[in-house]
Amino acid sequence: MFDLGLSNEQEQLQSAYRGLFERECTTEMVRASEETGFSAGLWARVGELGGVDMSLPENLGGAGGLLLDAVLVNEVIGAYVAPLPLAESMAASRLLAALDTDPARRVLAQVLASGQPVTLSPRPAVDGRLGWVPAGLVADVVVARDGDRIIAQRGDQPTPFPGNLGALPVADRQITTDAIELAAGPEAVAVFADAVLEWHCLVAAQSVGAGKRAVEIGVAYTTDRYAFGVPIASFQTIAHRLADAATALDGAQLLARKAAWAIDSRADRWRALAQMAFVGADEAAQTAVDEVLHFHGGYGFMLEYDIQLYFRRIKAWSLQVGDHRKELEAVADLLWGAPRLPAAV
Amino acid sequence: MDFDLGAEAEAVRKDVREFIAENVNSDIHQRMADTGTYYDADFARALGARGWIAAGWPVEEGGSGRNWLEQVALNQELRHADAPMDAIGTTMLIASTLRMFGTPEQKETIMKPAVRGEVVIALGYTEPDSGSDAAAARTRAVRDGDEWVIDGEKMFTTLAQVADYVFMLTRTNPDVKKHRGLTTFLVPTTSAGFSISEVKTLGGERTNITTYEGVRIPDSLRVGEVDQGWSVASAALELEHSGSYAGETLEVLAVAVEQASQPGPDGSRLIDDPSVRTRLAQAAVEAEMGDLLGMRAGWMHQVGQRPLVEGSMAKVYSSEAFSRATSEILDIFGPASLQRGRGLGDETLAMIEHAYRHSQVTRIYAGTSEIHRSIIAEAGLGLPRTRSAG
Repeated sequence: MFDLGLSNEQEQLQSAYRGLFERECTTEMVRASEETGFSAGLWARVGELGGVDMSLPENLGGAGGLLLDAVLVNEVIGAYVAPLPLAESMAASRLLAALDTDPARRVLAQVLASGQPVTLSPRPAVDGRLGWVPAGLVADVVVARDGDRIIAQRGDQPTPFPGNLGALPVADRQITTDAIELAAGPEAVAVFADAVLEWHCLVAAQSVGAGKRAVEIGVAYTTDRYAFGVPIASFQTIAHRLADAATALDGAQLLARKAAWAIDSRADRWRALAQMAFVGADEAAQTAVDEVLHFHGGYGFMLEYDIQLYFRRIKAWSLQVGDHRKELEAVADLLWGAPRLPAAV
Repeated sequence: MDFDLGAEAEAVRKDVREFIAENVNSDIHQRMADTGTYYDADFARALGARGWIAAGWPVEEGGSGRNWLEQVALNQELRHADAPMDAIGTTMLIASTLRMFGTPEQKETIMKPAVRGEVVIALGYTEPDSGSDAAAARTRAVRDGDEWVIDGEKMFTTLAQVADYVFMLTRTNPDVKKHRGLTTFLVPTTSAGFSISEVKTLGGERTNITTYEGVRIPDSLRVGEVDQGWSVASAALELEHSGSYAGETLEVLAVAVEQASQPGPDGSRLIDDPSVRTRLAQAAVEAEMGDLLGMRAGWMHQVGQRPLVEGSMAKVYSSEAFSRATSEILDIFGPASLQRGRGLGDETLAMIEHAYRHSQVTRIYAGTSEIHRSIIAEAGLGLPRTRSAG
């Protein structure tokens, strides 16, 4: 029966991560991690909280396996722009579990034993090269599609993109002779595509969390900042735009949570909902952070102010997925079927 | 968390569809379109007889004890059928208000017949010089023994032409702050000195200006305490504020997808065009978000929380998204969109043309988008007031 309340366990889950990040993921720490976009120390602390394991089924060493719980954690990751490839590691681990083959189970066991990040490449290999792999710089193992084969790659030398827009640990990876074939054929490719959709849903949660924090930063700034003798938040052009931003983010948060619930329960339209969640969250978060940066006036352009950390990451997370407009076309594909190509002339 | 409406709600749909097949037909739609009056007396009584006007109320109060998810399903089906629900909507807002503030006599003689579909109540807050600032109402009510004498003018008294009462916000004390000198009354439309003039609208529905010249009504038709009318009206306004228009958007979108999937003379289909696909998909995403915001407000109400901010979020987001979607969808079909529609019982492109016009008022009535944004900013985000309290 319809219920938007979180369970006690879910409330505790979010507050455990909030508590950790409040202490150990300050914006100073986020700035200090910008060279690689990754904090190994914080990753270890997240591992102690259950980290990747929580989104895996119990028979594979996990703790329940609800994507909804993973979404709730990724909302908090986004709120603190934590330099952690948790969305990627969760989606890739769940993929290894879902492939349900011996080699995939072996790789998953190794990944869980090592405690190292793992990722998946949303883009297939081209001539043995995986371009712009999210978390590709720091992930021990990359799960990828090469033609109709799903492979696990480790031990290659990542090609980083230092100083990228979001200070993300994105890198090119190379498929080598060490690559392990996990599965092959259309079914395996379909399982892989569904894992990419799950990743979209987790990125949506991250964007929602970051966008909502951007609105909080905006509320605090515009309430403190005076112009013409009054707080600038008392001008309706600012108050109303913040209201619109907060509203769209609430809608996007509900949609990301619904998509995760739909994935967990294989409810109607679950694939479309996951794709819609990404598009809705991406747009809501980008709009919110653009507005709030602007409301800072010149201060918003200074690196010293935190809003730029959010501004750069929200756009970078979107770019890491791809072209927002193409993602919108993918919504149409999932709702109404792929477009028919015009007949050859 | 669970986003499923549940089996009970799905079961209601079947009953409602059967009811609609018996009680809504093209004659009713034609009459609604011709007159702009979205009311049908036989339909209202039939709906009331099922206990579906106040569906959430207990049976002994004239309802049918439906849970809120059953009510969601009921309303979705009625909207899908373009059932004549507008007068039932305004009447129920005031029936709910009477349930909170009414005297035993008012409950017996007005509220109960209202939920049976036998009494219609129109809303009289807005005046020529006050809309969003409803508390600035100037229509006077002056006490004269056991009676009140009312003089003034109300705008957009929609459905007054079929109403038995107008629920009025009047000024009873001009010497105190504006919110403190208001009293609410139910004014019978049969009163001497009451008159109606028709106002035609962009969306096709008829509304009215109603005039009150020395209208005398008994004190027994006063709702709530003297000079406490703002709290009574606020309760009714809050009930009115939390609707979502996502359902209307989804209806339009379904027609648009169907139409865009038809092959043209050269065999090509609009829906295969990327720019068409992205616009339809954008509307679908926004409708989904608007629907969820509305469901959240309903759920909060159900679990005993007050969805003041959340209701405003649902209303402003879904109505703005409705307008955006209809405009974008008309663009998709270009000149074929010019065909004028009446929007009732219609599933062609012309239905979207009507929705485009109609959607404009959804951003205005039941609180303009600007009023709702201020509620969200102030009550939700804790920002300073941007309107003078007066």
